[in-house]
Amino acid sequence: MTESRTGRKQIHLAAHFPGVNATTVWSDPRSGSQIDFSSFEHLARTAERGLFDFFFLAEGLRLREHKGRIHDLDVVGRPESITVLAALAAVTDRLGLAATVNTTFNEPYELARRLATLDHLSGGRAGWNAVTSSDAFTGENFRRGGYLDRSERYTRAAEFVATARELWDSWPLGGERRRFAHDGPQFRIEGEVTVERPPQGHPVVIQAGDSDEGREFAASAADVIFTRHSTPEAGRAFYADVKGRLARYGRRPEELKVMPGVTYVLGDTEAEARERAALISRQQISPQNALLALEQVWGRDLSGHDPDGPLPEADPDPESALVQGRVRIGDPLAVAARWRALSEAKGLSTRDTVIEATGRHSFVGTPASVAAALEEHVATGAADGFILVPHLTPGGLDDFVDRVVPILQERGVFRTEYTGTTLRSHLGLPVPVWKGGTP
Amino acid sequence: MTGVRTLHLAVEIAPPPSAATGSALRDAAATVALARLAEDAGLDFLTHDDSFARPGLDALAVLARTAPETRSIGLVPTVTTTHTEPFHVQAAVASLDWASRGRAGWRVAVSPGAAEARLFGRRPAAPAAELWQEAGEAAEVARLLWDSWEDDAEIRDVATGRFVDRDKLHHVDFEGASFSVRGPSIVPRPPQGNPVVVVDATRPAARETAARHADVALVRASSPEEAAALRAELHRAARAHGRDPGLLRVLLTLAADLDAHPGGPAALAGLVADWHGGGAVDGLHLVPAVPERDLPRFAAEVVGPLRDRGLFRTAYEGTTLRDHLGLPRPVSRYAPKGADA
Repeated sequence: MTESRTGRKQIHLAAHFPGVNATTVWSDPRSGSQIDFSSFEHLARTAERGLFDFFFLAEGLRLREHKGRIHDLDVVGRPESITVLAALAAVTDRLGLAATVNTTFNEPYELARRLATLDHLSGGRAGWNAVTSSDAFTGENFRRGGYLDRSERYTRAAEFVATARELWDSWPLGGERRRFAHDGPQFRIEGEVTVERPPQGHPVVIQAGDSDEGREFAASAADVIFTRHSTPEAGRAFYADVKGRLARYGRRPEELKVMPGVTYVLGDTEAEARERAALISRQQISPQNALLALEQVWGRDLSGHDPDGPLPEADPDPESALVQGRVRIGDPLAVAARWRALSEAKGLSTRDTVIEATGRHSFVGTPASVAAALEEHVATGAADGFILVPHLTPGGLDDFVDRVVPILQERGVFRTEYTGTTLRSHLGLPVPVWKGGTP
Repeated sequence: MTGVRTLHLAVEIAPPPSAATGSALRDAAATVALARLAEDAGLDFLTHDDSFARPGLDALAVLARTAPETRSIGLVPTVTTTHTEPFHVQAAVASLDWASRGRAGWRVAVSPGAAEARLFGRRPAAPAAELWQEAGEAAEVARLLWDSWEDDAEIRDVATGRFVDRDKLHHVDFEGASFSVRGPSIVPRPPQGNPVVVVDATRPAARETAARHADVALVRASSPEEAAALRAELHRAARAHGRDPGLLRVLLTLAADLDAHPGGPAALAGLVADWHGGGAVDGLHLVPAVPERDLPRFAAEVVGPLRDRGLFRTAYEGTTLRDHLGLPRPVSRYAPKGADA
């Protein structure tokens, strides 16, 4: 655990570029481009002004489809992460730069090289969110198609990360490069790398995923786990669970940072913040998006349904293949039952039910109360920090940096200057031990 | 400029292979310094070579790092099509075009060696002809994917709740010999429409791919007659593929050590003026022996005199690499016929 001189546990902060789901509001007049470099530059500079640990980009491998057509209600389109982060390295000095890159549709040699390059170009600020995928829908854009069985996603991911580490260790900085050979079930490769060991030793590895397999993978191989935000109780249970898994890999609790993705809404008063939050929820869940959310649960074409009327009478079709390229709803019948109960209890229309059920903001309040809540989560062992997900591009982080960060600093729970130059140093992570043999 | 045909100049800036022993990595600031030198000289673009077979950083990332610190010069990394995913490659090149605000190119290359194949362990090394066939398919699918978003696909229509007009986003359904891609691209149409495709057409195996897909073909030749013949061959082949040969630039790639060049920089300036003036080539792509040493001399002692003679631009007139090359921004092939260029 990172502690300041005040003895309070320090908060780690990261910023997520607004994504391609309904969290991102594009209909607001202040909403700018999701693709112009200036949007990325604004958010990254704001995060660095706020002394954040890192800036985080998601990945797109196939545009989402709904009923066999491109999904058109949310932001669509984004750049390739590593390329944009390499450009951002030119306009930032200390901010960590983390790319989401899939282990299913890449090969270790090329990706390890690209990440090592980013680490060199940024002076040790690269991070890699190693995600997995197995669906044939995404595979249609790639050479091998949907070749990987779902149960093997993490097998491949684990061997992929281990292989990347072998590659990063095969040429000591300032030393002689040596041949590597990896012979495993997923990869049989050998040769020489073209890039010396990254300045951080290894770029910071992030794992996103809350499943049991995902937690185990994070405990064995990741530096940061990016998780869902939930209640303080559930957060503490998750935190204790993943930290408890580290010992069996010979790792200490502080070697894996737990960072939930969170949204926030600020106001001058609590009431104003709540009003804003309600308004943002209505922007996020347009009538069209409410019907889409309904179809995702119901698995049926409900395009004729009235969003201002009650929920559909029919039950969901759990076998539906209506939605492609999104995380599948786990148990649609149970979700539908919850929504019905909510709708009946409060007398809500379809749209208002969807808003009530899904339109959650993690932290709503004045800058002081939001800062206190963030501190509370970290102090009570529900998180080591947060990955903030702004709802507006590119200005969505401005008010947090201007109004909340100074309060966190006053409370002695957030840095007042960068003390190191690498992402590892910001996160308080050890430099990986050299495993490439005698240098 | 009074000449009928614009002279185009480009320079390679990757650390030369001979320097790639021990610590081979040039730091980002040094690359930026070279790029700014080339930009101050008004060059059309710089290339940055890349290979899995020798030390060096990923070229596309190096030029992305350079993009925000330059304003005008074209940025053309080498990216192989042999062991890479065509979908990822086109997305990265499109993203470089966004990050550089319309200055990206892509030098298409292949990775022929058995040693490179073992780095991936996916398939054995293949003959050059097969690799260039695949490179052609990768270039073709890249153009399809760059076009897969029409320019006006993003509508942000609050009334209907729609961010895009999905009728303007297109599956490309490309079926090649060794891969297929469904599409559309994940990246909106890049600023140039299609970033500039560059192919080294020196080897006969690459020439067909250059004629079909390149905006800029690089050739090596030891006489203006040889260069003119290659240029004519590329133009003929381009026409045979239904292309306008006037949209294919042919540059002479010349490896030069300015200290050792017979006659020195003055002779090189003369050679460029003569070969270009005589119609043998559209310009020069210089591969300096040592970029840090040779590029300042090239700018001062070759480009300077060419400018003085009115043969080369003294300022950039446009903002994109296509502007510099005199190539129009292509209309998406999926756009309705009759759409404005």
